[in-house]
Amino acid sequence: MLEPILLSLKVALAAVVVDFLVGLGIARTMARKEFPGKNAVESLIILPMVLPPTVLGYGLLILLGKRGPVGNFLLETFDFQLIFTWWAAVIASAVVSFPLMYQSAKAAFAGVDVTLEQAARTLGAREMRIFLTVTLPLAWPGILAGLVLCFARALGEFGATLMVAGNIPGKTQTIPLAIYFAVESGDTDGARNLVLVITLLSFATVFWLNWWSRNKLQAWKKGGACNAESQHP
Amino acid sequence: MLKVNIHKAFPGITIDVDFTVTEGILVIFGPSGSGKSTILNCISGLQQPDAGHISLNERLFYSGSAGISMPTRNRHIGYVFQDYALFPHMTVKDNVMYGIPARCKAGSGYRMTVLDVLEMLKITHLQDRYPGQLSGGEKQRVALARALMVEPDLLLLDEPLSALDHANRKAFQGELLELQRIWQIPFLLVTHSRKEMTVLADEVLFMDKGRQVTYAPAA
Repeated sequence: MLEPILLSLKVALAAVVVDFLVGLGIARTMARKEFPGKNAVESLIILPMVLPPTVLGYGLLILLGKRGPVGNFLLETFDFQLIFTWWAAVIASAVVSFPLMYQSAKAAFAGVDVTLEQAARTLGAREMRIFLTVTLPLAWPGILAGLVLCFARALGEFGATLMVAGNIPGKTQTIPLAIYFAVESGDTDGARNLVLVITLLSFATVFWLNWWSRNKLQAWKKGGACNAESQHP
Repeated sequence: MLKVNIHKAFPGITIDVDFTVTEGILVIFGPSGSGKSTILNCISGLQQPDAGHISLNERLFYSGSAGISMPTRNRHIGYVFQDYALFPHMTVKDNVMYGIPARCKAGSGYRMTVLDVLEMLKITHLQDRYPGQLSGGEKQRVALARALMVEPDLLLLDEPLSALDHANRKAFQGELLELQRIWQIPFLLVTHSRKEMTVLADEVLFMDKGRQVTYAPAA
């Protein structure tokens, strides 16, 4: 029972890292820049949230499979088969949960006052320094909220993961897959235990997020960052 | 010497100005929406004119014909924004010191240390507070200190007194005059208050609907 839990955590964490690295730049660009076709691009980014996971799984299979452009390239160049590995599960989870990270981060970036970035510019800062010292810290609460939601969604990913990573115990069998196949094979006790575990995990994640955004976030917005509790004059 | 010649068209308004400032305080005076802030933004490089020419002490900031536009960060201009634009997640001290590293590397000497500037603006006791814990007048002083710490060759102030109460406004006016005397750089101050103009201006640029109406030494 421990194996699917650890694997699920590992896959979800890796998916969050992927979403963070990819999502940050995209969200920042979309929050600030206007360009023709922006609406279409944005719809594409959000699409994984509304499409059935099986459709995403099918798409990923076409892309990453042995004969797909990415899968074939990896196989020929590095002799690496992506499909039916835990990396495939990471990619499936990352794709499915990406819109959650994107939307939170984009809203967070859009909420950062442009004048603050301009002020930093007049103070001689380069764009990278402005991003790291002004934009990112101010958008951080929203980004973190996005990452946490992302993690929760990745933890529960089933359809796309099954299609691209399969159900290999100890290798790609995450909690949701283990539950499904436990029920299939009549192992109701095993299924029940895993259901309890993932429900608790997800509840704790969302509960913490709610608690944190109520307390820390509010205090943070009102006063200073770290010592928001310190007394007002 | 600051030379400004700007042409910039917006839907509904076209901004056309041409003026020179050698020293002292130039007040840009006019009703809201007359393009005053746009002039400051063009000088600081935050906005681009459509055409014209901007230079400060032989340094060319912008030339429409030559296609030159120096990035804001290299212009060495202090800018006090209308709503202060203090970084809310940094202490007063960190705000004030934000502009220092870039100039330090350039190896230029400093007229004043951080503590001198804080002392002069009477905000030393606030250095560990966050902007959210300051009053309007205190924020204004911090914004000014932050702008001065980059050792600017020119100071831009956008409606610096509009959010202050009467007592604070009077005190701050006196401090601005004093600062200009110490710093010896041109100040460009945008306002729509005739009173402020009268007290502060060495020269006045009157604006109306984007056009420069008159440009005259203050009476």
